[in-house]
Amino acid sequence: MNCTDFLSQLTDYFDGQISPELLEEVRGHLSGCKHCEIVLNTTRQTIEVYRGNEVYEISDELRERLHTAIMTKCYEKKGA
Amino acid sequence: MPAIQSPGTEEIHPDVALVARAREGDGAAFEQLVRQYERQIFRVAQHITQNREDAEDITQDTFLKAYEKLEQFQGNSKFSTWLVRIAVNESLMRLRKRKTSKTVSMDEDVQTDEGSIPRDFAEWRPNPEQIFDQNELNDILRRTIQGLPPGFRTVFTLRDIENLSTEETAEALGLSVPAVKSRLLRARLQLRERLSRYFRERKEGQPA
Repeated sequence: MNCTDFLSQLTDYFDGQISPELLEEVRGHLSGCKHCEIVLNTTRQTIEVYRGNEVYEISDELRERLHTAIMTKCYEKKGA
Repeated sequence: MPAIQSPGTEEIHPDVALVARAREGDGAAFEQLVRQYERQIFRVAQHITQNREDAEDITQDTFLKAYEKLEQFQGNSKFSTWLVRIAVNESLMRLRKRKTSKTVSMDEDVQTDEGSIPRDFAEWRPNPEQIFDQNELNDILRRTIQGLPPGFRTVFTLRDIENLSTEETAEALGLSVPAVKSRLLRARLQLRERLSRYFRERKEGQPA
């Protein structure tokens, strides 16, 4: 398995959707390729940093305003 | 004749009952669905459009459309996936109107590997949260995701930020599973490459 093959398996690897035979090959490649090991680690960190930080916070005030607006529009529709 | 409950039948999602009640005109049931998903829909719209006012409008329009089309909801998919699909369509339409991006379609050309080939091979420092304060970090994350093509941004948002499964993401976007996987890989690699600039380990003597 070369680096390009490894990359093509990365998504399935993260999802745990990889056949035992391929997993064996992926692990074999990783044990001898520092670059791919780093790409794996830092890609995982990329996902984690986005999951762990709410980039777009919605304040309680905005949420209430939105909620009221949504319900008002729906009731208007119902009444129409 | 009632269906025979076989062992191992999947648990019925609580939304199914709420949707049924909402269809019969129960306003409180619909309001509960709105409460459950308004934050998620807002986040999705904000991530795709990168514009707060648009995201507010889209959130309202999404729920209004859902309310009007409740009869058409088949129940083959989760209610939340159905809502996300409406929100994605509204968001992409909004982007097209603004024309701030030259390609605003889920089918945009993704043949090019530009930006998706790893070039930075430095490990990262372990906790970005300890290097940057929350505002700086959010700013970095926002600017970085803004730089992705909308199609990639959308897949990453649904799959990695909102935690939809690959199948749900495919359904919400009208894409095949392999197409979602390919876009997701490129989105993740491009984000990784760009974030490396901020988070990579620094060798001694290098400016911070």
